[in-house]
Amino acid sequence: MLTPTEIIALRLSLQVALSAVAFSLPLAVLVAWALSRVDFAGKSLLHAFVHLPLVLPPVVIGYFLLVLFGTRGPIGGWLDEAFGLRLIFSRSGAALAAAVMSFPLMVRAIRLALDAVDRRLEDAARTLGATRFDVFFNVTLPLMLPGIISGCIVAFAAALGDFGATITFVGNVEGETQTLSLAIYSLAQSPDGDAAALRLVIISLVLALAALLFSEWVARRVRTYIGRA
Amino acid sequence: MSSPGEARLAVRVGRRLGDFSFACDIDVPLAGVTALFGASGAGKTTFINLVAGLQRPDSGRIVVGSRVFFDSEARVNEPVERRELGIVFQDARLFPHLTVHKNLMFGLRRARRRTAAPHIAFDAVVQLLGLAGMLERRPHTLSGGERQRVAVGRALLAQPRLLLMDEPLASLDGPRKAEVLPYIERLSDELDVPIVYVSHAVDEVLRLARRLVVLDRGMVVASGLVDDVLPDPAVARLFPAIEAGSLLHCVVRSHDERYGLSLLELEGGGVLRVPRVDLATGAALRVRIPARDVALSLSQPLDVSTVNRLPGTIIDMNRLDVTHIDVRVALGNARPMRARVTREAADRLGLAAGQPVWCLIKSVALDRATLLMAPDPGSEATESTLAIDPRGSRASRK
Repeated sequence: MLTPTEIIALRLSLQVALSAVAFSLPLAVLVAWALSRVDFAGKSLLHAFVHLPLVLPPVVIGYFLLVLFGTRGPIGGWLDEAFGLRLIFSRSGAALAAAVMSFPLMVRAIRLALDAVDRRLEDAARTLGATRFDVFFNVTLPLMLPGIISGCIVAFAAALGDFGATITFVGNVEGETQTLSLAIYSLAQSPDGDAAALRLVIISLVLALAALLFSEWVARRVRTYIGRA
Repeated sequence: MSSPGEARLAVRVGRRLGDFSFACDIDVPLAGVTALFGASGAGKTTFINLVAGLQRPDSGRIVVGSRVFFDSEARVNEPVERRELGIVFQDARLFPHLTVHKNLMFGLRRARRRTAAPHIAFDAVVQLLGLAGMLERRPHTLSGGERQRVAVGRALLAQPRLLLMDEPLASLDGPRKAEVLPYIERLSDELDVPIVYVSHAVDEVLRLARRLVVLDRGMVVASGLVDDVLPDPAVARLFPAIEAGSLLHCVVRSHDERYGLSLLELEGGGVLRVPRVDLATGAALRVRIPARDVALSLSQPLDVSTVNRLPGTIIDMNRLDVTHIDVRVALGNARPMRARVTREAADRLGLAAGQPVWCLIKSVALDRATLLMAPDPGSEATESTLAIDPRGSRASRK
């Protein structure tokens, strides 16, 4: 049904998008917490910084990543030296690009969920002997769950679809960084690739629909679980 | 319970918040039920939040028994979770993602980490509050009254040194209130936990509390035993809802089935006829008689319809305004009776201290609205509560 190259591109896309979501989730919760609950100097700066990928052209983000994480960049050089880790032209790099691009969407969804948590429930939990840490994991986090899940799905979809930042940062290497979007682009460029491109477009469509339906289903389950249904 | 001079709740704090300043000085024994009474905006919830640690006072000291929770001079401020209090909020605040069972266990599990032997047991609380049938349910499927009962149970199971209840019935309608009140009543009797009950409802205060602290605009107006504080004209002036009156301690002597009346024997002598109450003879209760329902007569009136006529002697007279005067009448050894009469009538009769008079109280005045009955904590007799049907003479035991 699917050709081996299609399977490679699909598997790579899923891998990149899932690891992008998995790695940015804890950081997104932390940043959402800071933006929603903590007052500190430079808060608006953090807010602006996190949301940059939404307003900048993806190519610019890719270029920044190249400068920072390239083998001679300040972070990339250190990673190469300390761990022998090269992000450039690698699927880890593709995941990083996807994570950065989808990060603001995830933070936004989680922050909204956090704002909606009734602080009075947290107060009640503390009067019952729970420390702040305890309250976060046993009251706040479960109540945020629907927002966290929808944040993950939105971020997953965005990560799946990134093109500009990925191609600028990690290039278009088949089997390594050529995700579905990049593969469609490549096929559309070649004179006899139309039919193959269309097949990939349909795969993307099915994937996107599946993600949406899955998120709907999970959100319903979770709402019942936390008693909001 | 505990003898006087033992553990106390002492709160002497100041806090300013915009226009509102809270400067209260409360010192009450940590035993039984103490009611904190005041109109909305009096600072009742502020008090709860300060004691719980959810708000921080600007200055002062908060001591509960042997524990200093806050001391601005010694720079002590115990975190909320270490204060070991049970708080019942007006809006229950059950955790929506947990079943009733898990809500109840929330405080208990954490209390078990600090004490090996919790003294308030899960089964006892479930039984006391009638929660057995709803343990596996989610909070959003419960009625308002059920939610409040679960909230009380959850707070109790945290093994609190003190249970603070912030108008736990205020968000409930009449029937739901009547459903929850008896449960709360049993708490103070059956579990050895001191309770501070915040309310602006006189009938709740009378039914539940032995001690009363009256707050107004962030200040303590009066504090002491309910019997002493409630008749205080200063308190009555502040709160029309608890207008001046007398609290009489009585025992049910007999019932008159033919006329639907009950005969109550006053402590110190005298008999009161009231609409039939559903209490066994010998049961003790407190009867509250508003001063405006008491008339005075110089001689024993024989041809009036008023059946309650109690002889006494005027102790003193207290002019309220240009029209009214409050007269305190000693009834033998019983607590004094307060009567409110017009100054014109007082002058016409020539009322003066030391003069013998008859106090007249219409039985029908003692309906549910004015005859508030509460268990008499000073008596060894079975404590009972009752509600009188506002429309008739039938009363039913709750």
